[in-house]
Amino acid sequence: MYKIRKAEKLADKIFLMVVEAPRIAKHCEPGQFVIVKADEVGERIPLTICDYDREEGTITIVFQIVGASSERFSRLQAGDAFSDFVGPLGQPSEFVHEDLDKLKNEKILFVAGGVGTAPVYPQVKWLKEHGIDADVIVGSKTKDLLILEDEMRAVAGNLYITTDDGSYGAHGVVTKVMEDLVLNQGKKYDKCVAIGPMIMMKFACLTTKKLGIPTIISMNPIMVDGTGMCGACRLTVGDEVKFACVDGPEFDGHKINFDEAMKRQQMYKTDEGRAILKLHEGDTHHGGCGQCGGDK
Amino acid sequence: MADVLKKVPVREQDPKVRATNFDEVCLGYNKEEAIEEANRCIGCKNAKCMQGCPVSINIPAFIAQVKEGNIEEAYKVISESSALPAICGRVCPQESQCEGKCIRGIKGEAISIGKLERFVADWARENGIKPTAPAQKNGHKVAVIGSGPSGLTCAGDLAKLGYDVTIFEALHKAGGVLVYGIPEFRLPKDAVVEKEVENVKSLGVKIETNVVIGKSTTVDALMDEEGFEAVFIGSGAGLPMFMGIPGENANGVFSANEFLTRNNLMKAFREDYDTPIARGKKVAVVGGGNVAMDAARTALRLGGEVHIVYRRSEAELPARVEEVHHAKEEGIIFDLLTNPKEILVDENGWVKGMRCIRMELGEPDASGRRRPVEVPGSEFELELDTVIMSLGTSPNPLISSTTIGLDINKRKCIIADEETGKTSKEGVYAGGDAVTGAATVILAMGAGKAAAKGIHEFLSNKDK
Repeated sequence: MYKIRKAEKLADKIFLMVVEAPRIAKHCEPGQFVIVKADEVGERIPLTICDYDREEGTITIVFQIVGASSERFSRLQAGDAFSDFVGPLGQPSEFVHEDLDKLKNEKILFVAGGVGTAPVYPQVKWLKEHGIDADVIVGSKTKDLLILEDEMRAVAGNLYITTDDGSYGAHGVVTKVMEDLVLNQGKKYDKCVAIGPMIMMKFACLTTKKLGIPTIISMNPIMVDGTGMCGACRLTVGDEVKFACVDGPEFDGHKINFDEAMKRQQMYKTDEGRAILKLHEGDTHHGGCGQCGGDK
Repeated sequence: MADVLKKVPVREQDPKVRATNFDEVCLGYNKEEAIEEANRCIGCKNAKCMQGCPVSINIPAFIAQVKEGNIEEAYKVISESSALPAICGRVCPQESQCEGKCIRGIKGEAISIGKLERFVADWARENGIKPTAPAQKNGHKVAVIGSGPSGLTCAGDLAKLGYDVTIFEALHKAGGVLVYGIPEFRLPKDAVVEKEVENVKSLGVKIETNVVIGKSTTVDALMDEEGFEAVFIGSGAGLPMFMGIPGENANGVFSANEFLTRNNLMKAFREDYDTPIARGKKVAVVGGGNVAMDAARTALRLGGEVHIVYRRSEAELPARVEEVHHAKEEGIIFDLLTNPKEILVDENGWVKGMRCIRMELGEPDASGRRRPVEVPGSEFELELDTVIMSLGTSPNPLISSTTIGLDINKRKCIIADEETGKTSKEGVYAGGDAVTGAATVILAMGAGKAAAKGIHEFLSNKDK
């Protein structure tokens, strides 16, 4: 069992947990992820690592309720435990293995969307710890859904916040800020790292392609084992098929087939919807999910 | 009086009934049936059956005990050689091993050695008989990577010799392919696999789940930092292969590994488990091995019309005859001499069919089997909503790529000595599918056994 040290609600449906997992905390690097399972009957859910403490032997995860399993995670409190917590999986971010002197001369722009702020944080923090200031754009639907603002401010070079509804920071989507920085403010970036919802990453990549900035994105497709065994997470990158779990999760954003990846994301949507309805409604569930036929 | 030339028939679930449930197909012998079958054994002095067994179980000796009704004694005889008899009795290809060599088989049917082994192991379990840990430990620590058949066997044998053994398993449950790969209706998980894993634990073996060697830690770290003096790698052949044809990334195309893992490890067939699975209405399983049969029979039980699509003819099917027979009985449709060319996809990205071509057999190829060649102009379309690719698996490079000085071959298999399991790295041994590529449970067990001997020799010499 993997004990939860801290459980905190960051925003509506978004939760942060600090979990005891010494083996993972010892070996993980920015960019990697874990697979989490609440109990015997739960699903294996991949979650990016938001932070780690090698001395304490803990891993911080941030997740949003999207289905029955994450809903079940959200009910756990400090002192409770996950039955399974495995990792670190996937490859670390590229820069971890790059030459530091070379890296210090690069200007990196991070673009975080929604819960994607969580996996961006350890990357920016790692760079800060190695003497590199990176600019960060954080996009959120609205002020109330913005997470990790103070944490990010402490490690970022310049932090730009934007909300879709203009309730906080700039008004508009992240691509608007990206264009503004490069085209109007004369900023130059050698590399961009964009992490967030698939649709946001797709448009961020279209923008950086236009601006001529190489871009890394982090994929979070459907997975089962996370070790290369099932192939559920396969993606088309350029003209190759890659497994996000072992080859990624980070890839060249200009080569990813986002449309295919977004379709694959829908694979179990109806089943997941059904599972969450069942969870909410229990024995009183008699239709509405479009699956059970109870409403016919 | 029953015909002495024929096996005592084993009771099975009716095909029509079992096609709708996940309960075990074969019901096994009861004690009377087992004794009757055992009495057909003529107890050869120079027993050929033993030569056919990769772990050399003393078959005539255990059958002799069954004849007398001494089932506990029979269990002890088997336990000297095998840690997983309830599993082997169910999934070994006996027809090409022990039973294939049986003298009775020359003029009739071989002794049903597999079913007798299964009966003895099941009886022992039901009567609470367990192997016991050795009184004295020898103080040497050995790590075993992977809790599949080779790892469990290697760990069990080393524990019997007094070693302090820890198994590291990447998934959340111990058993490897026995848990994620082979379905419930062939190998019950709670009743059989978990109990045999418990037996290995009762020998003193520790199992740490959720540890991915190569990620959570490395072989080198286990040896340098955690004090393990030897390591056995039994990490299997877990990577699925795809055909590389158009449409393969469509929704509704799965590797057999994914489909079976969802169903078996994650228990997606049960309402009370959260993991979803595609319950296809019209399903094609591409491939002809045991895994293809498992995937097809699983899809059938989930409510689909299921086709096996295989490019050679029935004679070349790599699956066990018994599995093919069971699949046919249950209503699986065999589209033989048929090869997929393209998966057809609808506007939402879902499978809607598969374009196939008829094949005929040409000249023998390197494997000695007649090579299938396309029949020109014979293309046709199968209407489908699900395609399961069961084309074989290859070893996972996670361990070999993170272990300093461990040599692999072109197929990414770890190079290890067949007799001892010794690899290119001192103190590191390997066996099972990680070395051979995808093979059988019992061959992996044989390799685990050989490596346990190799490790014992290595560490005994170190003491001197």
